[in-house]
Amino acid sequence: MGDFLAVTELTKAFPGVLANDHINLTLRQGEVHAILGENGAGKSTLMKLIYGLYEPDSGEILLEGKPVHFNSPRDAIHAGIGMVHQHFMLIPALTVADNVVLGDEPGRIRYHRKQAEEKVRRLSAQYKLTVDPAAKVGDLSVGLQQRVEILKAFYRKAKLLILDEPTALLTPQETEELFVIIRHLRDEGVPILFISHKLDEVRAVANRVTVMRAGKTVATLSVAETTSQQLANLMVGRDVVLRIEKEAQKLGPVLLDIQNVEVHDKEKHPRVRGVSFQVHAGEIFGLAGIDGNGQFELVDAIAGLVNVSGGSVRFDGKDITHLSPGARTETGIAYVPQDRQVEGLVLNFDLVENLILRDYRRRPFSRNGWLSRQAAVKFAEDLIRRFDIRPPDALRKAADLSGGNQQKVILAREVARDPKLLIVAQPTRGLDVGAIEGVHRQLLHLRDQGKAILLVSLELDEMMSLSDRIGVIHNGVLQDIVDAKTVTREKIGLLMTGSREDGTARISSLDLQEVRKP
Amino acid sequence: MTPVVRSVVRGLGLPILASLFAIVIGAIVVASIGFNPVTVYGSLLFGAFGNLFSIGATLSGAVPLILIGLGIAIAFKAGLFNIGAEGQYWVGAIASVWVGYHFNSLPGWLHISLALVAGMLAGAVWGGVIPGLAKAYVGAHEVITTMMMSYIGILLAQYMIEEPHAPMRQPGYIPESPMISSHAQLPFLPIKAFVQSQLSIGIFIAFIAAVVVWFLLQKTTFGFQIRTVGYNQRAAKYAGVHVAWYTILALGISGLFAGLAGGVQMLGVAHQLNDSFASQYGYTAIVVALLARNNPFGCIIAGIFFAALSTGGQTMQQVSGVPASLTNVLTGLVVFFVAAEQLIPEIRAWVRRNGKGRKAAGIQEGGKIA
Amino acid sequence: MSVLLNPQLWAGTLSLATPLALPAIGGTFSERTGVVNIAMEGIMLIGAFFAVSFSYWTGSPWLGLLAAMTAGALIAWVFAWAAIRLASNQVVLGMAVNIFAAGITAFLLNTIFGYNGTPPSTASLATITIPAIKSVPILGWFFYQQSVLVYLMLVLVVVSHWFLFHTRLGLRMRAVGENPLAADTLGLNVWRLRYTGVIIGGVLSALGGAYLSIGILNSFDVNMTNGRGYIALAAMIFGKWTPFGSFGAALLFGFASSLSNSLQGNAIPTDLIAMLPYVLTVLALTGIIGRSVAPAADGIPYKLDR
Repeated sequence: MGDFLAVTELTKAFPGVLANDHINLTLRQGEVHAILGENGAGKSTLMKLIYGLYEPDSGEILLEGKPVHFNSPRDAIHAGIGMVHQHFMLIPALTVADNVVLGDEPGRIRYHRKQAEEKVRRLSAQYKLTVDPAAKVGDLSVGLQQRVEILKAFYRKAKLLILDEPTALLTPQETEELFVIIRHLRDEGVPILFISHKLDEVRAVANRVTVMRAGKTVATLSVAETTSQQLANLMVGRDVVLRIEKEAQKLGPVLLDIQNVEVHDKEKHPRVRGVSFQVHAGEIFGLAGIDGNGQFELVDAIAGLVNVSGGSVRFDGKDITHLSPGARTETGIAYVPQDRQVEGLVLNFDLVENLILRDYRRRPFSRNGWLSRQAAVKFAEDLIRRFDIRPPDALRKAADLSGGNQQKVILAREVARDPKLLIVAQPTRGLDVGAIEGVHRQLLHLRDQGKAILLVSLELDEMMSLSDRIGVIHNGVLQDIVDAKTVTREKIGLLMTGSREDGTARISSLDLQEVRKP
Repeated sequence: MTPVVRSVVRGLGLPILASLFAIVIGAIVVASIGFNPVTVYGSLLFGAFGNLFSIGATLSGAVPLILIGLGIAIAFKAGLFNIGAEGQYWVGAIASVWVGYHFNSLPGWLHISLALVAGMLAGAVWGGVIPGLAKAYVGAHEVITTMMMSYIGILLAQYMIEEPHAPMRQPGYIPESPMISSHAQLPFLPIKAFVQSQLSIGIFIAFIAAVVVWFLLQKTTFGFQIRTVGYNQRAAKYAGVHVAWYTILALGISGLFAGLAGGVQMLGVAHQLNDSFASQYGYTAIVVALLARNNPFGCIIAGIFFAALSTGGQTMQQVSGVPASLTNVLTGLVVFFVAAEQLIPEIRAWVRRNGKGRKAAGIQEGGKIA
Repeated sequence: MSVLLNPQLWAGTLSLATPLALPAIGGTFSERTGVVNIAMEGIMLIGAFFAVSFSYWTGSPWLGLLAAMTAGALIAWVFAWAAIRLASNQVVLGMAVNIFAAGITAFLLNTIFGYNGTPPSTASLATITIPAIKSVPILGWFFYQQSVLVYLMLVLVVVSHWFLFHTRLGLRMRAVGENPLAADTLGLNVWRLRYTGVIIGGVLSALGGAYLSIGILNSFDVNMTNGRGYIALAAMIFGKWTPFGSFGAALLFGFASSLSNSLQGNAIPTDLIAMLPYVLTVLALTGIIGRSVAPAADGIPYKLDR
């Protein structure tokens, strides 16, 4: 079997990062080839290069032995490359057949819908991708929508399929069904690139696996001849956790007490199922989990941004289950939300207004509804100095600041209120090393002052080095609460994938998505 | 430049440029049909500001524009487009006129206040309650709902007086309401030319309203919350703002100002409802808010600008013979250029591209010569 | 009841529905491709004016009609350019077109034809009464002495439906109005499709205007559309952004106007009947009667990453 696709020495740099550093990869006829790597390892950059969304700085892509240059996805599609994006490119208001044939419809002027449906039906049968061609895409489940995406690729005569994190939005059953489809396609001779950060999935469907780390290809191995431990080590590099020196804990009384909390999303699907835990003053409680397992919905619910549909939230002895976000702030809860630009800041406001964003109702920033700009400016300038926000200009818009300084603005604002409980979600995402250290020091300092801190992070290392206790959430269910000092990363990994340690723990289900070096 | 200076320049630059573009195009149109643009614009300017009478007429015409424009600016600040101020204006007018002629023995200040409050409430209900609720709870787009409510409001005003037995029609052959009581009329400014041009103390109400709106938006927690909702609804929720409630409030206050404008116009100028419902103030006021970039003091300037176009247009037609409708053409062009704010960056980019192209070509030619 | 047996009521319904249905279907084309269009009112005025002018100059109402369509297409093209290429706020742009059109038509009317209006010798479009159905009850009432544009409108309803829902171009236009990014990655030219939608909309709106000036009358009046462009907007929404729906809504609204004409001087105030289109539209938007939902990408400019 020859190489269907070969990538040689492919390099792509963005300002400040070498996203892909001399990447080499071959894809053979009739294999499922997994690209395994953590978030940020360079997997999606590589896919975008192959799909014509980015242009490489250097290096070559060979398709069936011939060098190719794609200026746009259209060229890539034309050359026979099919890609299923993590976020589907579908039109919910149109039917399956409409979506599949769009851009290349049967007919001259008239659109032969029946013919399109027939073609789609035939394709479905050929590739065992069962879906009703006449159904409206918006009415289909996520798993079926994914089939439509795959059908779109084959309708355009794709000879090669790229699946970008295809299981991210699927239920376990849908994942199983997808794997059946992938194996069938492989047996039909379609080469498949399978992008994933989930070890067990790679082991389940791939023939070969290329591991990426920090923009480089580390190794290409045959899945059958390698162990999960090996792959995990390749993925994360040396297995060293940077432990931060912490002072001995001075545990205080229970401040946050949540019991059987349930949260539903807009479509009424349960996202958090019956979670209970307590957070004490003077501790950092980490909430670990793979992205999308309900941890962010849970903290949003504790902060009051989404409604709790069951259970109770008590804070400092009072029931706050049904308080508004503003009222919760008053009781002494501070919150650093996950997305600083979308939620944490008003980018068009200056720093003064952003720094009083959650406190404008209180003195001295306002009295009886009248804002005191003077007090706010004084306060802002003080915080800018104390938290070393740069540039130190209170009248600058938040949009003009770097990510690290934006995060400092939010932290400064939330900490300055002297809260009893600080909820922090993804506090170091996208920050550079120096800024990360600053944030970590700040959090530990608050803990030592006797604050309760609820930390949610996708960075397992950060979680393990900062937290005193770690609760692990999977599929909306709290699996266990463990002591951060003694727990191993393997054990947390198992819990994150929903397996419990029962002597026969399968290391292969270890999900290493979030195991990262600081 | 400091950020403040830069933002002022940015804020002023676009409206001024847009107006200049429009004036230049207008000049070309005027010249192309054989008139001298300088004379035409001169007569327009004279008609708007040439003597006390015309100044009075311009300021009088600016009152409803400023008041409604302020309301629309508040909605814009909250990220909402109140396109239906015309209807809110008329329901405000209905309410104020009704209060105005229904009582006879109230002291003047009380009667005026009651009439204006009635107009404000009517406008607020029309703009805020129905479109606001629909926006906040079922997500119906306020552009369409306020527009539809606006037509309903205008038709309601017509209904009030048009038919022989209409609710507010006074007996007789002319479709009009009774005159409001003389105590309830806003006094004219005590200068003869201003009395003739019907400039009432409404102009001060407009000025005060601008100051109030400025304070409201910049100096109160209410304004802070409105602006937060306008820029970022999720951050607003996080900041503890009740987003749905402030959506309703913003549209309601927007309608309140349109209703106030209706009241002031009725008490200050018209003194009764009569059968002319094509004021167009509600639409021009959108342009006022746009040109003012939602700055309350900008609304005063823009309001006077468009009122001047309208009063000056009449004189222009009489003096130079160019139809007054030219001013509508100018207004349309101003709005177009304000909307097309990407035009100048696009032109600049185009010039740069073409400049580069020429340069590259030049090098090639140079190469040939060598 | 007797009023319902009045043939004029039904002829009036269809006649009054025509200048609503044409721009409503035009707006449907525009909004289906993702460009919010409140400029129907202005484009109608332009169409009405150019139809009369060219009908007078050439002596042929058909050339007048052609001029109206051309002018409508041109102004729509400028609107589309600013909305699509410059990614301007489409509602504000629509207002600009409406104000500009009201000004320029009045301006041209006065400078070209003076202050006495368009000459009475202007030719208008022919009216047709189909002999075969003339004496059929109801149907015959509907079609009594209608302008050719009424028949053209009926044809356009069907053609537009076929075009939007049964042709390849129609499918593509609807796709860019729902998810332009997805359409773009499949090789569709989002901008060109949107231009097409807006310009078709302009032509149809101009036809609606021409019907007022050389269909019913043979003259142009300042602001003669009198808000019909906005009622057409309501008809488009009430008709759920479909040609048949728009036509149905236009018929309903036309019936309301015709009824209020027939009832002049009767017990039911005509102003209240005239509110009907707007009340129904608000109810439809708030979901009280059959929820109207706009195309997903309606009003959102699409920026090309090139």
